Amino acid sequence: MARYTLKRLLQMIPLLLLVSLISFGLIKLVPGDPAVVMGGSNATPAEIEVIRRNLGLDQPLWQQLLSFYANLARGDLGRSLLLGQPVMEALVERTPVTLWISLYSLILTVVVGLVTGIVAALRHNTWVDQAVSILALIGVSLPNFWLGLMMIVLFSVWLGWLPTGGYVAPSTSLVGFLQTATMPALSLALLQIGLLTRITRSTMLDVLGQDYIRTARAKGLPETVVVLKHALANVMIPVVTVIGLILSVLLSGSVIIETIFSVPGIGSLLGNAILRRDYPMIQGGLLFVAAALMLLNIVVDVLYGVFDPRVRVDGRG
Amino acid sequence: MAAVDADSLRGPGLLERLRPGRTARRLMRNRAFVLGAILLTVVAVVTLLAPWISPSDPNRMAVRFRFREPSWEYPFGTDNLGRNMVSRVLWGGRLSLEIGLWVVMLNAVFGVMLGAVSGYFRRLDGLLMRVADALMAFPSVLLAIGIAAALGPSVTTVVIALAVVYIPRTARVLRASVLVVRELDYVQAARACGASDLRILLRHVLPNCMAPLIVQLSFVFAYAVLSEAVLSFLGLGAPPTTPSWGILIAEGRSYIREATWLTAIPGAAIAVTVLGLNLLGDGLRDVLDPRLKVDAR
Repeated sequence: MARYTLKRLLQMIPLLLLVSLISFGLIKLVPGDPAVVMGGSNATPAEIEVIRRNLGLDQPLWQQLLSFYANLARGDLGRSLLLGQPVMEALVERTPVTLWISLYSLILTVVVGLVTGIVAALRHNTWVDQAVSILALIGVSLPNFWLGLMMIVLFSVWLGWLPTGGYVAPSTSLVGFLQTATMPALSLALLQIGLLTRITRSTMLDVLGQDYIRTARAKGLPETVVVLKHALANVMIPVVTVIGLILSVLLSGSVIIETIFSVPGIGSLLGNAILRRDYPMIQGGLLFVAAALMLLNIVVDVLYGVFDPRVRVDGRG
Repeated sequence: MAAVDADSLRGPGLLERLRPGRTARRLMRNRAFVLGAILLTVVAVVTLLAPWISPSDPNRMAVRFRFREPSWEYPFGTDNLGRNMVSRVLWGGRLSLEIGLWVVMLNAVFGVMLGAVSGYFRRLDGLLMRVADALMAFPSVLLAIGIAAALGPSVTTVVIALAVVYIPRTARVLRASVLVVRELDYVQAARACGASDLRILLRHVLPNCMAPLIVQLSFVFAYAVLSEAVLSFLGLGAPPTTPSWGILIAEGRSYIREATWLTAIPGAAIAVTVLGLNLLGDGLRDVLDPRLKVDAR
């Protein structure tokens, strides 16, 4: 297991180099002079010159690339123009907020997605199955930020049950966290719930058709044991594989959802950076999220080995 | 919202060649496909006819009639400047669908080119797929946002950003089928007969890779419509004078307490369109590619 983990970590290095190159290249896409764009329309030539020097844009390209990687090796992603704070520091400060909401959303996804998927498969070709399938399809078709806005109208404006935004850390007050984080987590979860329900349902249908399930039933085991003990273990495998994917979708959605609910996480940090053309923050944020996602995927793959011993033996990848 | 990456789910020998007559008959019997096609036809016809059926110019203001609730006279109400929301939603749909179509076309061209080159001429495979992996390491919408933020807000920006995000995914789907098809006996036979690589690729390999491609493109269309809304909402898309559904939602957000319909209706329009595309994609997948029952996005 340790060897496999180490191997995966080493494999991550070339990919990380390419990913960082892409995020470095992002600023080269800016039409015209990035320093002028960032300075805004009111900037004096002197101010623009300062921005240019700070970002090293006055140096030749190879030198920019060299110092980019030299800084990266020290964990330095540059300085945010907007906050005047190192990008890395700002990202790390806000990581717990996004992590807590993502975790909440992931739990909602896995619980709801698994239960509805399994129920639909057990009631195959009945109205329950059809209703679940239709709801799952609608779930993957709604724009999540629009759903968030509609929930604000319903739960905050009309019913007055939940605040329209803000964030309370779970360590400060669990009730406060649930009050502020439920709507963002639910808007983020909806798409994944639809996705996971569909995957769970079709996997469960496959598994229920297998011989060992028939054997288990023939032995006279109660249906609950057959489903929960024999079938579920095998349904978990594809579920674990899509968790990496689910995390990616969650982080993708965080920019717009955190902006709508004014949650002070990485997403809204990037949302603000986009509005103000804070390129160092955009570049650094993208790289940070991509790297975090790669690490999470390795964690998921290692966990995969825990659920499915076959993977461990042949040392997949 | 990553696109279908089905490498792991696809086995050899199960790709079906398109047989137009038989495929069409089976599609017409597929409920999801028919329902999706109906929804999409309605959306497409209504938005295409926007210049003729809109009750007024989408940007004509009539301050006297501002914030009218949906009624017989104004089915979708009017906005803060008294603009008729029916016209704005119809015209907005035109732009949203146009962007989606462009993204699909760019995906078809470059996804096929890169996927075919990568899967058939293995020399470039390593490099191309590593670049694809790197692009796919970023959460999809986040990368699109980054690219769009760098390029500056415009419709072209949105198209380019979304194309860059989804082309690697389409290329991967095509590469996976090319890898299977190129090893089939009849391809080897064609090679033994002395057919050139280009001829084998165009005449023998690619036609057999169309089924998964079509399925993939229908989902790319769905994601493109959803992501366009996100980018426009964040102010990275078209200027406000040319409404798209995402821009309408962003505009309505400021008045969401008093005039919920301004936000609710454009969002519902997106939902109906994307639902139609997803149904269409499900139906196509069931008929064209029966092994692939799960969409692993």
